[in-house]
Formats: sequence, C-alpha cells, structure tokens
Amino acid sequence: MSGLRQLRGRVWAFFAKRVLDAELEAEFEAHLQLAIDEYMEHGVSPSEARRQALIDFGGVQQAREKQREARGLMHIDILLQDLKYTVRKLMRDPGFTAVAVLILTLGIGANIAVFSVVNTIMLRPLPFPNAQELVWIAPPPTKCGLSCATYSTDAYDEFRAGSRVYQDVTGYFAFSLPGNLRVSMGKGVPVPATSIDVIQNFFQVLGVYPAMGRLLNADDARPGSAPVIVLTDAYWRRQFAADPDIVGKAYDINGKQTTIVGVLPKTFDFGAVFSPGAKIDALTPLPLYGEPRNWGNIITFIGRMKPGVSLAQARQDAAVVKPSMCWNNKNPESCGSYKTPVPVPLKEYVSGRLQRSLVVLWCAVGMILLIACVNLSNLLLARAAARSKEFAMRAALGAGRGRIVRQLLTESLVLSAVGAILGLALATILLTWLSHQGAIALPLLSQLRIDGATLGWTLLTAVVAAIFFGLVPGFRIATGNLHEALKDSTAGAGQGRKHERLRSILVISEVALACILLVGAGLLLRSFLRVLDVDLGFQPERAAAIKVEYDDSAPTNEARVQKRITVYRHIIERISALPGVEATGITDYLPLDRNRSWGLPFPKGVKRPQNLNGGPLVYVITPGYLRAMGTAIRGRDFTWDDGPGKEVVVMINQSYARFLASYAHWPNNDPVGQVLDGGGRDIRVVGVTNDVHEETVEGEAGWQIYYPAMQEGTVGAELVVRTTLPPGQLASSVLLTLRDINPNQPAAEFKPISMLVDHANSPRRFFMMLVGAFALLGMLLAALGIYGVISYSVTRRTQEIGIRMALGARAGLIQRQILSQSLWLVTIGIAVGAAVSVGSAHLVASMLYATSPWDAATYFAIAAVLFAVALLSGYVPARRASNISPLVALRSE
Amino acid sequence: MSGSRLDLLQGTLDLMVLQTLLAMGSLHGYGIARRIEQVSGNQVLLNQGTIYASLVRLEQRGWIRSKWGTSDNNRKAKFYSITNTGKRQLAEDSRYWQRLTSVMERMFAMGPAGEEEPGDL
Repeated sequence: MSGLRQLRGRVWAFFAKRVLDAELEAEFEAHLQLAIDEYMEHGVSPSEARRQALIDFGGVQQAREKQREARGLMHIDILLQDLKYTVRKLMRDPGFTAVAVLILTLGIGANIAVFSVVNTIMLRPLPFPNAQELVWIAPPPTKCGLSCATYSTDAYDEFRAGSRVYQDVTGYFAFSLPGNLRVSMGKGVPVPATSIDVIQNFFQVLGVYPAMGRLLNADDARPGSAPVIVLTDAYWRRQFAADPDIVGKAYDINGKQTTIVGVLPKTFDFGAVFSPGAKIDALTPLPLYGEPRNWGNIITFIGRMKPGVSLAQARQDAAVVKPSMCWNNKNPESCGSYKTPVPVPLKEYVSGRLQRSLVVLWCAVGMILLIACVNLSNLLLARAAARSKEFAMRAALGAGRGRIVRQLLTESLVLSAVGAILGLALATILLTWLSHQGAIALPLLSQLRIDGATLGWTLLTAVVAAIFFGLVPGFRIATGNLHEALKDSTAGAGQGRKHERLRSILVISEVALACILLVGAGLLLRSFLRVLDVDLGFQPERAAAIKVEYDDSAPTNEARVQKRITVYRHIIERISALPGVEATGITDYLPLDRNRSWGLPFPKGVKRPQNLNGGPLVYVITPGYLRAMGTAIRGRDFTWDDGPGKEVVVMINQSYARFLASYAHWPNNDPVGQVLDGGGRDIRVVGVTNDVHEETVEGEAGWQIYYPAMQEGTVGAELVVRTTLPPGQLASSVLLTLRDINPNQPAAEFKPISMLVDHANSPRRFFMMLVGAFALLGMLLAALGIYGVISYSVTRRTQEIGIRMALGARAGLIQRQILSQSLWLVTIGIAVGAAVSVGSAHLVASMLYATSPWDAATYFAIAAVLFAVALLSGYVPARRASNISPLVALRSE
Repeated sequence: MSGSRLDLLQGTLDLMVLQTLLAMGSLHGYGIARRIEQVSGNQVLLNQGTIYASLVRLEQRGWIRSKWGTSDNNRKAKFYSITNTGKRQLAEDSRYWQRLTSVMERMFAMGPAGEEEPGDL
C-alpha cells in the first residue's frame, strides 16, 4: 500500500523535476539562513557564520543528488542521460548513423513484411469463427480436373443427411466463369462482374454475418424464386459508391431484375480463401433442386465439424456415407461410384501447399537480419576502436563496466528502435502494395495488415537485433585493458589487431550467409526460367482472349444451336477481317483456367477394363481456335461442316491418344480416323493435338478432348485472337466489332493469354522475386562489410604502407596484397556458405522445378559473383593504399 | 577528531527524524538536524544536508507531511510533522530497534572464552 503510494510519488517526482528542484533549493536556502541566524546570535561574524553553516550542511551537490535519488526514478534518469548522450553522439556522426539506420530499416522492414505474410497465410487461423472446425471435403485427386474434385447435388444431399460428424455441410458451384454477370447500371452497356453460386447455408456454416441487410436463406435457393444477390464489400464500394441504401434496390443482372439483399463484411473475401488471385464481386444462391441437378459434378464441399470431432472420425464417417452417395438418384448404378471423400482442414487446403515455400522465405529474411546484425556489429566495432580512448577515459573517471556496456547497449537500442520504426513504415508500404496485388495467386493476400502479432514481432526483432549487434562490441570494449587503450595511440598495437581479427570473422560469416541466400535465389531463378521454358502446348505470346456475349434465345433447342452457330461464325468472320488478326476462334474454357470432364470415351469395340478412373478434360471449340492458340494438330481441324446431325467428331491430345492406343489395335497406333464409344454414341477422331498444360504449368499435361461447338453445348464463349500486333493495340477494334454484332456486349477485358500463364506462375515468381531481392540485399551488405574491413585495415596500416613505399615497394604490389586480403575473406566465406548450402539443399528441393538443389552451374555462378563483388569492394581501399604518399603517411601520426 | 563520531546505520536517520518529529511536533529541516545533533550530544556524524533525502523518503511513504510556514525569527521554511501512519510505523520500528539493542547487549555481555560454563551437550 505504502509501496504504491511511494511509486506514485516517485513517478510524480520524475516528471515534476523542475518544480521539486526549485522547492529543494528554497529549502536549502532557508536551512542555511536559519543556521547563519543561529551562529550570528552567538556573536559570530556574518561571513564566518555562513562558512560554518556550509560546513555543517556538508556537500550541497551531494545532498541534492541524494534527495533526487531518494525521491525519483534513478534508473530512468540514467537511461535518459544515456539516451541524451547517445543521440548527441549519433548526431555527431551522421554518416555512420544513416548507414546503420538504413541497414536496420531494410533488415527489420523485410522481416516485418515477411512475418506478416507468413502470419496471414500460415500461422493465423482462417478469418472465420472457430475456423479449426472447418474442413474441405473432396475425393482423392484423379486425372480429370475439377469435375472429379466436385460432387453432384444429389451426392451433396446424401452426404449432408448421412454424415454424423458435421454441424452442417455447405458448398459452392465450382465452375463459375469470371465475368458471368452482366450488370446494367441504368443506361449504357452492361458491366461485367463475377459471382459465385453458393448453397444457401454457405454463410451460416462459415460463420459470416452481413455488414448490411441479410445474407442468403432457403427461400432464395428455391427454383423460381425471385433472384437475389449479395455484394462483397469491395464491389459495393467500387460499383455502387458505397451506397448506404443499397439493400432492397434491384438491378438488371443477366436480364433479370435482381434484388440486392445484403452486403458482406470487409473481412470476408471469397477469392482470397477459395480462389486465390480471382476477384469475386458477388455471391448468388445456387438453386440445388433446379437445373443444377442435371449438371453432374459441380459442387465443392465445405463442412463444419461438431466441436470435439477429430479428423480421423470425420474420415471414418465419410467412408460410412460414401456407398449411399449417388451421382444421380435417377440412375441407381451411379450410387456408390464416388471414391471416399477425404476431409482435410480448410486451412490446409487453402495454404498447406505453401508451407514449405513460406518457411524458406522466412529463413531467407531471417538471414537478412542476421547479415544486417553482423554488418552493424562490424560497423560498431570499427567505431568502438576509434572510441576506445573515450571509453578508457570514462572508465578512468569512475564509470563502471556495467555502465559502459549499458551506454553501448543504449546506442544499439536507439539505432534499432529507429530502424524498427522506419522498418514498420517500409513494411506497411510493402504490405499495402502486396494486399492489392489481386493477380498473385496466393491465398489471403488481401487480408494482409499490420496487426498485434506483427507489432510484437517487430519489437522482438528490434530488441534481439540490438542485443545481438550491440553486445559483441560492448563486451569487446568493456573487457579491454584500460591502460593499453589509453596508451594505444599508434594504430598498430595489439588491440587494433584483435579488433581486426574479430571483424574478419564477422565479414566471413556475412559472406557465408550471403552465399547461402544467393545460392537459394539462384536455384529458384533457374527453376523459374525452366518453368518459363516449358512447352505449354500453346503459344501465349501475341494471343489474347475476350469473353463474348451473344443472344441465342430461340423457341427450340435445334433453333438455338443453329442460331449460336450462325452467331459464332459471324463473329469469327468479322474479327478475322480486322487488320493484324492472324487467326481467331472460340472456346468455352481456356487452358490454365477452369476445366471439366465428361467421362471417358473409349475405343469402340474394345472391352473397357474395370477401374478406369478419370476422363479427359473437355473443351468445346470452333474451327480456328487451336490455330489461334498456337496448338499444333495432326489430322484435321474442325470445319463449319461438322454441324449438328452430321457425324460426331472430336480431336484428342497426344497423351490421351497414347492411352487409348495402348488398349486398341490401331494401325501405327494412330487414332486419326478411328471411332470411339462416347457414352453410347459413336464419335470419330479427326485430329490429334499437342498436349496442352491445362491445369498447371509445372505438372504433366493430362488428357484432353475437343468437341466442335457446332455439335456440343457451350458454357460461355471466349474469343481467342492471334495477332501480328501487340494485343493491346487490337483491343478497341475487337470490342467495337463485337459491340457492333451485339450491342449488349459488355466492356470485357481483352486479356493476353500470357496473363493466364503469368497467373499460374505467380506464386513461384512471388517467392523467387522475394528471395532474389533478399539475396541481393545480403550481397550488398556483405560487400559493405568487406569494404569496411579492408578500408579500416588500410587506414590502420597507412604508416606501414608509407614506409614500404618509401623503401621502394610498387603501387601494384601494394594493391595486389590488399586485394588478396579481401579475396581471402571471400574465399573462406564462400567455402563455408557453399558447404551449408549443399548440406541444407533438401530444404529448397521441393520448391525447385527441373533443377537439382546441387546444381553446379548455380554454385559456380554465385561464387563468381561473390568474387567479383569482393574484388570491387576491395579495389577502392586498395587503390587508396597505393596512392598513399610516403611523406604524408609518415607524417600522419 | 571527528573520526570518533558515530557513522549512521542505514535507516537509523529515518527513525531519528520520526522520533524527533514525534517529540517536537512541527519542525523545519534545520531544526530537525540541530535537534538530532543536540540529543546525540554531537556524537552523530551528520551532514545536515543529507536529512533532506530522508525527509523526502518519509514523506513519499506518507509517514510525515510538510507545509511551508514561518519560523520564530520570521524566516520562511518548510515545516514537517508526523502523520498517524508515521506514528504507527515509529512504534513498530522502535520496538524492533529495542529488541535488537537488547539482543546486542546480551551478545556483548558474553565474556571471553573459558569463563563461560561448558554446556551439557
């Protein structure tokens, strides 16, 4: 109790220093007056009385200090003194301070940014309440893309009803195409937007509540109910100018008056979690019992497990439900045909693949901080060497060792605090930029922000860094010999040499760390180049795609097909006539985008083996499409004569052809002209195409089958144009032509096909760029370190060099000697770094593509780079040394 | 020489100040210092200035309070007086102090070795 009061008094005293000091002075004055009065009463002369009074009082300054100590917070006072002194000291050496702060800003800033990314993607739970209960439920991976990773609506019903371990199961329509909405905002052309159809309980299962209005309910999903839509926060702001009265308004969307029933909270970003790199503007109800019943596998499952249920229990449960799941309830033989669904934590589905890359990234950025610290240690040591006399003097005047170390630690803490603050600013800029990079296919990027954990991490790195780089030189100085330091006036004595050895070790470790980083970055770069070199089966350069809208409404199905063919043909003829267009065609799905499959056509007359899994991915195309994509065909392309009612024709890709040929007995194993059994009808193969990487750039190409758009239904239309001009130049004329054909054509983006590839490669590019940037930074810091040490040793040996030159040593020899010193440091550093890299290669191996983690070329290249850097950073001081004039050198003491 | 005067043990000065204030009522710093010197018969080695550290400490603990006032000979000075908590603290401390002195007396009462009777143990 009195302790508390005392503390309050002390804190008060600490802040009210001036008032209290004035009061104390007044008290002292009164005290002396009273004493003088008493002496004078006894007949002592005034001056003698004053003298006596002062003697009795004792040391005034001492009494003052004692009183202050008793009343205030001594430690903080000392700290403030140290701080004041430090700031003064640092201001006096702006060059050093600027370099140190810059190094720390880069080191700490990079660490904060990467921590934030790691935290958001890997450490933090998904942005849903009790996110650990959420699981992603999908069949084990097979060879037919998204169609084999999804379920039918009947299967969904069965799974939801049959499972015992879930609070509820939901899902969404996995095949929504970007720009699937055409929103008419009053007059003018409709604006494209992207929405995802979700099962009506989607938001309840995830635990998302509306920011405005309501989300979806069971009525919305009933077939024939009034169309409703829920907007995302970003879309509401962008398209509707954050209209506060938006709820209840209706707009013409895809030709139907659709009511906006609610706006999602800012924290919910569908794309960020389920479809990284895609921008989702709105969510719409999926009418489970309407048309989608006949669409086959379309739904991805997300379940919320009951509290306390383990993943193993969920797996067992899935095995129990599996036999009763039917692809279509009207089709009893389809029951039990699904493979057992595998629930995995949603978090793992979202970011599991990235874990290794993130850890590597984290290590890389940690190494940067380590290099930065070593570098600063080095700088501080150099400074400390210059200041050793100052410290010796202070020690001689009675400063304890602890006090000196404390002073040095204060210095490093101040530096790292400034570095941390600037680093935080740097990280904020980086993160803001990154969170708006919608095109990087990494999950949760839009959720990046500086949060409590990040601030904690900042504090931790700053303090640890300060202690790390401040303590080494601190102890070095504090344990130094006083007398020697005071006498050490000639820069050549033992202390200086010891410093130099320590600094050399620091530089070697810097070079080693930089070497490890560079090797890692080099390997990633090489992998990336290899990935860019992959033959995708199509030529992304100078091709671009635009989503085409058309009107094929007609009373009968036949009429609709006929109308569509006419429209397609018209579009292609008009676009082909544009100047600069080399080839053009229409497809419904693009490669490296969404995909689907429709079962497995098999050679006619050959017995279908049991346990055939998967099926080729299906693309419905017009004549000319493959030429526009740059995919080679053997046999023939479709023609407009392959119309409805004619023989059904297809093209298949090489790997599917190889697979089929291994069962059929085709002459020369050539499928061209052969007939397949496509689910009860005959289809003739008219061409074999190159393998197209349809799902990933890096993986193997799978099976593909192409149907002519004249014979199969299409889902949307992407017009692909191959040009002799840069696609950007053609964009407006293509759009104008399309609008001329159909005035309702929205202002869709004319996106280069290379964007699809870039998008697929974006995670790899992201990691490579970051690790590369860190490696360059590390190299720069190492170069700075080498320069510092060599330069210092030249300064220290000015006299020696002067004498040697006076005795006839040539400039070239001196230069060579200095350079060889720097090469030595680098050689040892590279040796250590390379050894560590070789040893830890398995860590990066999984991030590489067609590159050995022991890739000799990379190692040699990095070594060469580091040698060049060493030569460069050693050259400047070496040149200075060789320019030393003996006369000046000898006089320099 | 003054070397024969008593050096003050840690905390004793605080106790002396409290006791002085209890005995004398309200008093300024100089008065307290003089009083201690007088009572001790100038045996205590006291730099009068050090009393102010003690005063501020006691005040912060709430054992004494202070007020600016005027002395008998019309000098402005800060006057200190003991509080109730201060009185309780003093009572406690003086009990402790007396126990300690009596123990110390008994310790010193022990004669040199040999004069004491051997124990049974």
